[in-house]
Amino acid sequence: MPELGRAALVIALGLAVYGTIAGAYAASSRKRRLAESAQNALLAAFAATVVASAVLAAALVRNDFGFTYVADHTSRDLPLGYTLSAFWGGQEGSLLLWLLVLTGYASAAAAFGRRAGRDLVPWVVPILSGVCVFFAFLLVAVASPFATQPPPADGLGLNPSLQNPYMLIHPPLLYLGYVGLAVPWAFAMGALLARQSDERWIVATRRWTLSAWTFLGVGQLLGAHWAYEEVGWGGYYAWDPVENAALMPWLAATAFLHSVMIQEKRGMLRVWNMLLVVLAFCLSLFGTFLTRSGIVSSIHSFTQSSIGPWFVFAICVATAFSLALVLGRLPLLRTHTRLESLVSREATFLYNNLLLVALCLTVLWGVVFPIVSEAVRGEAVTVGPPYFNFFLRAFGLPLLLLMGIGPLIAWRRASLRALRRTFLVPLGAALAAGAVLLALGAGSSIPGVIGYTFAVFVLASISLEFVRGTQARRALGASSWLSAFGSLVARNRRRYGGYVVHAAIVLLAIGVVGSSAYQTVGERRLQPGETMRVGDYDLGYRSLVRRQGANATEVRALVDVRRGDRELGQIEAGKNSYPILGQQPQTTNEVAIRSDRLTGEDLFVIADQIDPGGAVYFKVLVKPLVNLIWLAGVVFVLGSLIALWPDAREQRRLAARLARVEATGARA
Amino acid sequence: MSVLALCLGAAVAVACVLWVARPFLADPEPVDDRLDEPDELERRRLALAEERDRALAALKELEFDHRTGTISDEDYRAEVGLLRRQAAGALRALDLRAAGRPERGRLDESVYDEADWATHSRPDHIEEGEER
Repeated sequence: MPELGRAALVIALGLAVYGTIAGAYAASSRKRRLAESAQNALLAAFAATVVASAVLAAALVRNDFGFTYVADHTSRDLPLGYTLSAFWGGQEGSLLLWLLVLTGYASAAAAFGRRAGRDLVPWVVPILSGVCVFFAFLLVAVASPFATQPPPADGLGLNPSLQNPYMLIHPPLLYLGYVGLAVPWAFAMGALLARQSDERWIVATRRWTLSAWTFLGVGQLLGAHWAYEEVGWGGYYAWDPVENAALMPWLAATAFLHSVMIQEKRGMLRVWNMLLVVLAFCLSLFGTFLTRSGIVSSIHSFTQSSIGPWFVFAICVATAFSLALVLGRLPLLRTHTRLESLVSREATFLYNNLLLVALCLTVLWGVVFPIVSEAVRGEAVTVGPPYFNFFLRAFGLPLLLLMGIGPLIAWRRASLRALRRTFLVPLGAALAAGAVLLALGAGSSIPGVIGYTFAVFVLASISLEFVRGTQARRALGASSWLSAFGSLVARNRRRYGGYVVHAAIVLLAIGVVGSSAYQTVGERRLQPGETMRVGDYDLGYRSLVRRQGANATEVRALVDVRRGDRELGQIEAGKNSYPILGQQPQTTNEVAIRSDRLTGEDLFVIADQIDPGGAVYFKVLVKPLVNLIWLAGVVFVLGSLIALWPDAREQRRLAARLARVEATGARA
Repeated sequence: MSVLALCLGAAVAVACVLWVARPFLADPEPVDDRLDEPDELERRRLALAEERDRALAALKELEFDHRTGTISDEDYRAEVGLLRRQAAGALRALDLRAAGRPERGRLDESVYDEADWATHSRPDHIEEGEER
């Protein structure tokens, strides 16, 4: 029923247009029923988008190749899970997912945001509806997932690279992150339009921002794991434009999450926070544009399309609107608090912000440089990993250090005596770790030694915070050490959840440093029966096998692995060949990975070239500590959940603060 | 277009229109159709409440950081008096405002409890009046 899908999208577009125009008029002329009607339109747009999504999902499940989208992205032999993941495997489907998540988020944010700002929500509704208009328009007029054709016998199938379990969850998580950043942006702009100078918009969006940031972070890690397993080049992050597309808004949101704490605690950085929330949202639009327009060359870009100019237009409008509003409301954002000392916790937050934004803008420049160079010189000059790696080290290492310094310094100011006392243990631990690493021969990579030393400093600093905090809670009357620890975390979830997230970043840093600075690589062509040695591993190429998989022909090189005297078993590296109707089959690398759970090390084997005669050109990598990167993801989610978990005391405090505003709004 | 699709599309459209029109259908002749917003006095009260919460939170954090040893005695003494005065000032201003507008009621009692803890608690080893 493509007609129903098309009709539902047209209805969603109409409702979004109504929500924008009626909502803006209602907010500016203070008309209550019209404002409520505009908010209802947002919810109705969500319902209409759910209908459109259900139509597409049903067409995918039924292999209804009369839908051009279904025929282009699935085939009869595609397993059901991947058939469903084709929903976001193509451009039209992923735009529909954007709209589905956006209308859902917008309805929920408008409904639940009322408590923190009844006078704010009437402005938030038209802003979010305006974003919905853009995506609904694209789906109705430019890239409809409901285009039809005479049904072919079979579909073209899903891009083989996307036939991976991670693709079932990685793109939706990224979209939940990208789209989620629209909510804090809309509330920030709503606060400016409503001439609010207080912090209700921050209170209303705190959990939205943190959730979007978490989704974006986890989505990127899952994407990295997908690249590690599926793309088959031996790495997990290649500074590809599409990878950077998700990293940039995440960096901006990270800066915002930190600087917003300074506004809450000290009333400072109001303009800066507005700019950061604008940057994060515009970069999320830019990220979708990069992923979907095919404007830059990327291993992850699966589409070339004509939606680019529309996105450029939308990004320009969103940026111009936001900046004009911030400039127009500058007097409202004026703050009377000043930074008291350059050695204080808020100062470390400020340094952290500057480094995060510098890294974000550096990555942005690297991404757009090929486009700029092509426009100016007529030749696209690609910026490679050395550029990004240099700035990652230049900004990332000080950032890592600041994560350890921040908790050790008090708010407002810190005396030399206090600094000496708080720094003693972490600094001692870090210097000792650095010396041990050098003695063990880790000096082959200076950035590696610095990275590990900083990581130990941060872990010691975080551990010290937990130990001292637990001791203080115990002294305040906790019955046991466990209850003291529980009470410590429960009474300040954002602070200690944040420390757990910092621990995750440290694990990530250790994993990245270990697997990049200290990896061992070996390459050799082997005939069956020959062996090669890489690091401590001995690999014996036994034979080549061919077999038929679910929807691909599989070729595998069987390799026996030994480490010293110990047999580690057999692994299989090879290639899959996916037949495509009327086209050449597509081939993918299917790497073999053997993980050592105790040390976190991976043996990574790529069968790079397979000769018909049976000889195989192997590329083998030994990647120390790489599994800490994936462990970091688990710790990251744990820390985010702690920070997100509702705090009854905080709720009561906010209720007391906002009670009068509630009462005022309730009269409406 | 199939008949079923046509009917379903029309049903979705009608349901959406009814839902959007609901505020007007449910309340066709309202006594007051105006969206209320905080007046200047209310905005001022909110700003004071934010200032109070900020000062109280800072005091609690200062006390805790002092207990954990992140803040030295001399830094603690330099900060605590200022923060208490800020909290007390915001509380006094809010209290006066609440007293002047009895129809709105006084501040929530839990605020006073919290304020009492934060403005009067003192670690055992800091003597009375020492922070001054």
